[in-house]
Amino acid sequence: MGERVSEPEQRRVDPDVDLAVPADRAELPAHPAAVLAAVSAGGVLGALARAGLSAALPHDPTGFPWPTFAVNLSGCLLIGVLMAVLAKRANPPVLARPFLGVGVLGGYTTFATHAVEARQLASDGAATTALAYLAATLAGALLAVWVGYAATDRLTPSVSGTGAGQRRVRR
Amino acid sequence: MTALLVALGAAVGAPLRYLADRAVQDRFGARFPWGTLTVNVAGSLLLGFLLGLPLPPAAGALLGTGLCGALTTYSTSSYETLSLATAGRFRPAVANAFLGVAAAVAAAALGHLAATALPWP
Repeated sequence: MGERVSEPEQRRVDPDVDLAVPADRAELPAHPAAVLAAVSAGGVLGALARAGLSAALPHDPTGFPWPTFAVNLSGCLLIGVLMAVLAKRANPPVLARPFLGVGVLGGYTTFATHAVEARQLASDGAATTALAYLAATLAGALLAVWVGYAATDRLTPSVSGTGAGQRRVRR
Repeated sequence: MTALLVALGAAVGAPLRYLADRAVQDRFGARFPWGTLTVNVAGSLLLGFLLGLPLPPAAGALLGTGLCGALTTYSTSSYETLSLATAGRFRPAVANAFLGVAAAVAAAALGHLAATALPWP
C-alpha cells in the first residue's frame, strides 16, 4: 500500500464508528433515527445471510466449524473492500458505512459463535481442533481484510486527487 | 418463523453494538478499540450462558443467532488489528488480536459454566 492510500487506515482504527473521526462523531447526533435504522436493517440482512449459509452448510458438531469460518473470512474480505472503496470517495454517502459496514458485515460476521464453538470443541475433547480453528480464523481473517483492502485500493481509481474522505480523517 | 426471530434479534443486536462502541470510546478514548473488544466479550459471555441453558430452538434463534450474532463482529475486530498494524502500532495490534480471542473464549466458557451451575428445577 502506498503512503497516500494508507493514510485513512492510519487514522481510523474502528471501521464501525471511530470517535477520532469527526464525521463519525457527528453522524449520530445529526441523524440518530436514520443511522440506527440503517445499522439495524443492515444487521438483519447480514444475520439472515449468516443463518442461511450456516443452514446450507451443515457441519459435524465435533469437527471443524466450516460454516462460521467461511462466514467470518468472507465478511472480513468484504470489510476490506468496503473501507477501501469508501476511502477513495470524496464524499461517501453518509449511511453507506453504517448500513454496509456496521450493519450488514457486522451482522454477518460473529465473534460469539466462534468463541462458543471453540469452547464446545475443547470440552468435547477436541482441544487441538479448537486451537486450530481459533488460529485459522484469526490468521485467515487478517489476511482476508488485507487482501480485500489492498486489491480494491489498487483497482479503484480515486474520485479526486486528494479526496475529502482522506482529509476528513486528518487531525 | 426462525428467520423472523433471527431478524428480530439482529435488528436489536447491531445497533446495540454501534451504541455500546460509541459509549465505550466516549469513556476510554478511540486509540485502542476497547469498544469492539467489549461487545465481543459481552456477546460471547451471553451466548456461552444461553447455550448452557435448556433453551427452546426459538430462543436460540432470537437471542443466539440473532442478538449475540449481530452484537458481536469479526470483521470490525480484524480491520482494527490490521489498521493498528499498518499504522506501525504493532503491540496494540497483537494485543487486540490475541486479547480479543482469549477473552471471548474465556467469557464463553465462564458463561457456560455459570448456566450449568445454576440449580434448574
